[in-house]
Amino acid sequence: MTALVEAIEVTKRYDGVVALDRATFRCAPGSIHALVGENGAGKSTLVKILSGVIPPDSGTVKVWGRPVNIRTPAMAARLGIVAVFQELSLMPDLTVAENIFITHPPRNRLGLIDKSQLYRRTEQLLRRLGFPPIDPDTPVSQLPLAHRQLVEIAKALARDPQVLIMDEGTSALTVQDVEKVFDLMKKLRSNGRSVIFISHRMDEVEEIADTITIFRDGRNVASFPANNLDRTKIVQLMIGRKIDQVFPSKANQYTYSSAPVMEVKHLSWGNILHDINLSLHKGEILGIGGLEGQGQRELFLSLFGVLRNVRGHIYIDGTEVKINEPSDALKHGIQIALIPEDRKTEGLILTMPVKHNVTLATLNKYTNLLFLMDKKELLDAQNVVNQLKIKVSSINVPVRNLSGGNQQKVVIAKWLLTEAKVYLLYDLTRGIDVGTKHEIYKLMRSLTDDGAGILFFSTDISELAGMCDRVLVMYEGRIKSELSGTELNEENLVSVSLGLGTNNQRVTER
Amino acid sequence: MFKTKMGKFLQRHFKVLIAYTALGILLTVYANLQPRLFTRPVLTATLNQSMALVLASMGQMAVILTAGIDLSIGPIVSLANVLASVLFPDHVLGVIAASLVILAVGALAGLINGILVVYGRLQPIIVTLATASIYSGFALMLRPRPGGYVPSWYGELLTGRLLDWVPASLVLLVVVLIGIWYPFRRSALGLAVYAVGSDERAAYMSGLNVHRAKVMAYVLAGFLAALAGLFLTAQTSSGDATIGGVYTLQSIGAVVLGGTSLFGGSGSVAGTIAGAFVIRIISSVLFFAGINPLSQPLFEGLVLLIAISLGAIRTFTLHNRLDVMR
Amino acid sequence: MNVGMRAWDRFHHGWKGMRQDYRNVLIAYTMIVFIIGIGSLFTPQFASPNYLLLQLLKASFLGVVAAGQMIVILTGNIDLSVSWTLNLAAVMVTSIAQGQNERLWLGVLAALAVGFVVGLLNGLGVAYLRIPSLVLTLGMDAVVKGLTILYTGAQPKGEAPEMLNFIVHHKIGGLVPSAVVVWFIISIICYLILHKSGLGRKIYAIGNNEICSYLSGIKTNRVIIKAFILSGTMNALAGVLLVGYAGRSFNGMGEPYLLPGIAAVVIGGTNILGGSGLYMGTVAGAIIITLLESTLSIMQISQAGRNIIYGIVILTMLFMYGRGHKVHE
Repeated sequence: MTALVEAIEVTKRYDGVVALDRATFRCAPGSIHALVGENGAGKSTLVKILSGVIPPDSGTVKVWGRPVNIRTPAMAARLGIVAVFQELSLMPDLTVAENIFITHPPRNRLGLIDKSQLYRRTEQLLRRLGFPPIDPDTPVSQLPLAHRQLVEIAKALARDPQVLIMDEGTSALTVQDVEKVFDLMKKLRSNGRSVIFISHRMDEVEEIADTITIFRDGRNVASFPANNLDRTKIVQLMIGRKIDQVFPSKANQYTYSSAPVMEVKHLSWGNILHDINLSLHKGEILGIGGLEGQGQRELFLSLFGVLRNVRGHIYIDGTEVKINEPSDALKHGIQIALIPEDRKTEGLILTMPVKHNVTLATLNKYTNLLFLMDKKELLDAQNVVNQLKIKVSSINVPVRNLSGGNQQKVVIAKWLLTEAKVYLLYDLTRGIDVGTKHEIYKLMRSLTDDGAGILFFSTDISELAGMCDRVLVMYEGRIKSELSGTELNEENLVSVSLGLGTNNQRVTER
Repeated sequence: MFKTKMGKFLQRHFKVLIAYTALGILLTVYANLQPRLFTRPVLTATLNQSMALVLASMGQMAVILTAGIDLSIGPIVSLANVLASVLFPDHVLGVIAASLVILAVGALAGLINGILVVYGRLQPIIVTLATASIYSGFALMLRPRPGGYVPSWYGELLTGRLLDWVPASLVLLVVVLIGIWYPFRRSALGLAVYAVGSDERAAYMSGLNVHRAKVMAYVLAGFLAALAGLFLTAQTSSGDATIGGVYTLQSIGAVVLGGTSLFGGSGSVAGTIAGAFVIRIISSVLFFAGINPLSQPLFEGLVLLIAISLGAIRTFTLHNRLDVMR
Repeated sequence: MNVGMRAWDRFHHGWKGMRQDYRNVLIAYTMIVFIIGIGSLFTPQFASPNYLLLQLLKASFLGVVAAGQMIVILTGNIDLSVSWTLNLAAVMVTSIAQGQNERLWLGVLAALAVGFVVGLLNGLGVAYLRIPSLVLTLGMDAVVKGLTILYTGAQPKGEAPEMLNFIVHHKIGGLVPSAVVVWFIISIICYLILHKSGLGRKIYAIGNNEICSYLSGIKTNRVIIKAFILSGTMNALAGVLLVGYAGRSFNGMGEPYLLPGIAAVVIGGTNILGGSGLYMGTVAGAIIITLLESTLSIMQISQAGRNIIYGIVILTMLFMYGRGHKVHE
């Protein structure tokens, strides 16, 4: 059978880093095709090429067997390919209705947009899709994230696509809404349309997909019908090696009885964080788990002095400290480091060279009364780059030119130079290759072996289970439970995150 | 139901309402100082003195909606004025034809701006700084010294009253709103302009023709600036290559006062019109208030500064400092 | 392959491998040589040291303004309050000094204080109130204009003290005008601040990515305020120098420095969005604009023609420098 959409030997490089390496992919009509793989495996790059967002460096894309050159998303839409992206493609100032019908608004006889028709059609569409009645006249910026995602999906479906691409388009949705979206996907399939579906949730893949393709290191390593699904096999294909022995051993010289390096009492912020209490011990990696968007980001930001009007108390080495600005967090005696969520916009200055990025948080150390001490700065920068084995031809190269893994190492290097007592690590392995991940894990352990405490948030549950001494699970802005010891495993983490209990006593409800 | 609708309206149009509140206060004060304000001649004169800025500001707004800025608005106003003083013959048909040519020149100037910004991938502020110099050069070339002839009936027609009752400038504004702005705002193109300003990347990913929307915003700006120049010609009855100078910065001020975001994507023409009136009427009010003429510019500046600062209220409602910086 | 080709290849390779900001500065200085060449075709004296030093004197006022503007632009902002800050500072000098040499220092101090305060207010508004600098400084300019007019009563009174005239026009060693020396000293200070100090590093960091800078513990608000203070003070200094040059102050004297100041910064290769550009480029930018003006007047091109050529030169320089990316990149 002719493939509805097909990519043949497609290659794409970003600044010399290969994102897709002669990848081949075909999607049959009337199928729901799951694309799975680790972060950075090339799935998103592939769907961006198929939907015209970026052009491939080489290779062919075919639609119904005919080679096409999809130069823009508009062209993709004309070919029937419509994508729902992880980073939303909604215009925040425009209303729900305007967003949904942005390229083909209903018009009156004069060719002008017919507002009442626009709103009526939007209401009809949302009703037909079974979505909640979102006011069509509300600017998208005022909607909660889940509703924005629904609008994004409605916008895609309003174009009556031949191929619907969903790149993690359901991450913020409630279970019921996910079910509705799945029903819509099945309806598309029964009409001979196709859905290409990227998800990190294996249960979702199991539930909905009929074909699975696994990507690794920019290549398609396996495609097979979903009924042959074997979880461990899939995970092995994704990672490309046995899954054990990934994490360094947890044993270290510190124990729980060691003094807490940081204690947090009754921390609250707006209606996002509620009465957070935790203590982080010397030498400990304390995990913060839970579904995304339960206040973890705000917790990290509040500990680093980014948020205004935070209530509660923070103690470092037993002394209460006030952290009103990130510069306070860096002060001697507090020494907290934050590796933020988005390394490209928050962690790095992409256009500046490696050497200036790694010393950004310690500039005072390299400044005498008036001037920067270039030699000392260069020496320390070079040393930390060597220590972390950052792959770069020279420390004068802009960070932009480095691969994702090496970029993240630069962020880590910046904070290593501050000699922090507490490291707040927010999802620092996202989108990083396996080898670098492994190095980062070892580095985390060596930091705690040297007496630092680490607060560690990750969206990767296996990482939380494998790396942390304890994990606090957050739900709706509160710490809901604590997992440690043998009870700290992936199954328990998942069920606690979802608000389901476990039968174990070691799981402390808080 | 009424309450929520009302609330929604207030929330959505908060900034525009501020602009109209300011205008309302200003007019109240003005009316108290100058009891003849609402007589036909004074009202007409007041409208006339604001109309060129209103038109130029609408043009500036179109560009600012795309998150751009147009520093060549003033020079295009001058160029149109100078062209009129050179081209206008005595007879009606000739004037109409010349006016059309002048509007086309304005649109062309805007087109050049747009093409340089979009296809040259250069920053709007610098592109229009450079083209401003070029356009003012052309204006100077055509009329190195102020002067020229404009038929008197032309001035009377645009700045006078229709049937001795309705100010012609008001009619012109209404015609522009109904004939140009409304169709623009309600067209797919207008929607695209707002979309591009709101989030260019999202607009591109949604399949919009981002380039065309941006270029057209500059074209519209050039067209409206030329129209402002034509109106100004009616007021002054002569040509002056430097007459438009003040319109660049004043139009930016009017747009911002009217509640349009400099980051693009949101703003309404009603606000811009109010902003332009505020900027123009302040000086009259100060004059009639008997304030020392020497302190007038200070008051004008302070009103502008305070109005601009009102937009900062939002900053205090954000409790995540990263959102403040975005 | 012949030698010439190989040399070209080596040059081409080195050129491509060069950092963008260095490349821009080289282009700018090449442009200076080019303009001097053109000028020499029309008057042989154009390339003479005396004539060129006169050009530097003329460029020094613009150069000082552009130095301040550059610092603000590097942070990702812009200062549109140049014209009247300069003007008010100039007025302070003449009105306070009242033509007396012994009161000159008082006048200069008052002038610089004016620049400092305007810069401080601009900085506070941009940093803490987060008002876009484009409109805030525009409004500030209007207010300062109002203050100036109120203070002077339409037409400034007072002459420049002899000493100031003498200082600005005096040729050190019979050759170099003092104003050029002042510009030179300012340039050294700006160079050291921007390229050798922690403050400079922070300015570039903020211009590239304020959020990352803030999360790296930099007090970004303070840096922004300092940048505006430097700019305001620099504008005031230019006002003082101009009083010395012209012998008096007058309303409107600052207006020819606003847009050319921005143009000088951009022609010098600084990114208008902030974060990149070398100080040496801005020096070149001020010289280019001044030389261009003189060359065109020697060529007896009208003001109209100068404006047109001026705009075309800015656009040409921009096209030679690095440009923005396409939307999706």
